[in-house]
Amino acid sequence: MYRQPIRLLHESLSQNAEAASDKQALVIEGISYSYIKLYDSALRLANCLKRRGLAQGDRVAVYMDNTWPCVVSIYAILIAGGVFLIINPQTKAAKLKFILNDSEATFLITDIHLKNFFIDVIKDSSKLRGVICSGCASDSFMDECNIRIESFEEVINSSKADRPITNVISLDLAALIYTSGSTGDPQGVMMTHQSMVFATQSLIEYLKLSPEHRIINVLPLAFDYGLYQLIMTIFLGATLILERSFIYPAQALNRVKQNEITVFPGVPTVFTTLVNIHRRNPISLHTVLRVTNTAAALPPDYQPLLKEIFPNALIYRMYGLTECKRVCYLDPALADIKPTSVGKAIPGTQAFILSPEGKPVPHETPGILHVRGAHIMKGYWKQPERSARMLKPGPYPGEYILCTQDWFKEDKDGDLYFLGRSDDIIKSRGEKVSPIEIENVLYGIPGIKEAAVIGIDDPIAGQAIKAFIVPHRDYALDEQNIKKYCIQHLENFKIPQQIKFVDSLPKTANGKIDKLKLKKAD
Amino acid sequence: MDTINIIREFIVDNFLFGDGSQLHDDSSFLQESIIDSTGILEVISFLEKQFPIKINDDEILPENLDSLNNISAFLKRKFSNNQ
Repeated sequence: MYRQPIRLLHESLSQNAEAASDKQALVIEGISYSYIKLYDSALRLANCLKRRGLAQGDRVAVYMDNTWPCVVSIYAILIAGGVFLIINPQTKAAKLKFILNDSEATFLITDIHLKNFFIDVIKDSSKLRGVICSGCASDSFMDECNIRIESFEEVINSSKADRPITNVISLDLAALIYTSGSTGDPQGVMMTHQSMVFATQSLIEYLKLSPEHRIINVLPLAFDYGLYQLIMTIFLGATLILERSFIYPAQALNRVKQNEITVFPGVPTVFTTLVNIHRRNPISLHTVLRVTNTAAALPPDYQPLLKEIFPNALIYRMYGLTECKRVCYLDPALADIKPTSVGKAIPGTQAFILSPEGKPVPHETPGILHVRGAHIMKGYWKQPERSARMLKPGPYPGEYILCTQDWFKEDKDGDLYFLGRSDDIIKSRGEKVSPIEIENVLYGIPGIKEAAVIGIDDPIAGQAIKAFIVPHRDYALDEQNIKKYCIQHLENFKIPQQIKFVDSLPKTANGKIDKLKLKKAD
Repeated sequence: MDTINIIREFIVDNFLFGDGSQLHDDSSFLQESIIDSTGILEVISFLEKQFPIKINDDEILPENLDSLNNISAFLKRKFSNNQ
């Protein structure tokens, strides 16, 4: 039977809502939502956005935790012809303001719990036409600002579920996925419907997923790894169990058993927690058939333990970057044999290593990994220079190859091995942390003369964040106060775990702080 | 100092860095993003040092730990079980 091809990301939702309307699409905080419920709610919100003046291609910011309104918003924005961007709910006011201005978002969809962070930012935002807020009534903000704030629940109840007419094609943007840059400011990775549909299909293919699968997601939807658990689910017509986090592992494990989860995506910190629990009291999650890891390297000695915890699962070790969603994965059959490899390029793409001069390198020789395929970003939103650093002209006119800026080598079988980043980005608990961003914040504290932030090895986090601070003479700096200041400007996972006060910092020949010396001394 | 205030002080000092104005007895740590995954382990470690109890992995649940009220009620249950 001929099935209409999916060109736009949200077409999978409308198709599945028609084909299997009562099927369970999501389970969120214990509540079950069907495909038709999701589609109907998304249509209503989409119509509201259009009525309020959302133009095709307009960006809409979603600043929420992993909740039902967040999921509805993503699909509503796409249906209305907009471009969604998800802002991590841990983002504080300054960065929220930066992203809203950078993206020129015309609407913000958020939640009452984040009020302290958004209330002042929206007052200053010239492009915002409206704000939709879940968890509150429409008139609760009447006196506080000049922008119309509407209740998410009231909007859904009062809008129609007609299908809006748009002129979006696969080449149009679907999302801006903000990611940390090494200079500290976030950059909006531009993803088209075409690249996201392509990536979704490639992932589903190598993960060997089908509509019967039940996926649990404990990762933020603001993170592309978490986002695609939702996208893959809806694309397939499968079921997603959405959690806010892995903070309460026992709860997540209960959900895995109660919901008979078959797909468990994690990052090394999640697996470290599981392994530690397992060592105290053996766990066996026998319904899980697929386990995936990315964002940072999974310790090879976890392999036998993971096989005990997930006795029936294929274990996928993978590598990717936001700029193309995913690059490669190791065939699960090889996970025991070469557990430090991340394997080969995902279906329909190419990944190859070039020397810094741009020449092919022989096997086992380090070089920079480059990627070719329809999953690659169009660039960073309004950042042509940074985009040019990552996107190199390809073999055909108008084609670009992605330079990952990461060091890799390839063995004689063609399997890839990650060797290290070429920038200073720290990966702490799977999250990208820019040392410069933290240093910039520290320099805002009176009494700090010099500051240097490095990543140090940590058994749980992968890397922990350590700040060296040179105080001005006569200033009594307090670690507590420094962290308190940081938490007002940075996400929780960026607060330095260790702070060391020193009299001076080592310098290189040209006067810059010598971070290599700091790392070695540690 | 009573139990709930001992815990309040610990949370305010270590996670809110001295600013406890937003921390109500029923504030959800999850919803307010007050504590993350390593944080919860620190809370557990603190509770086990402060009180004569042992917290099992399967007790690390929001109903037991996700607010000052929840922790207080959880501890009461643990104390009465010990007797």
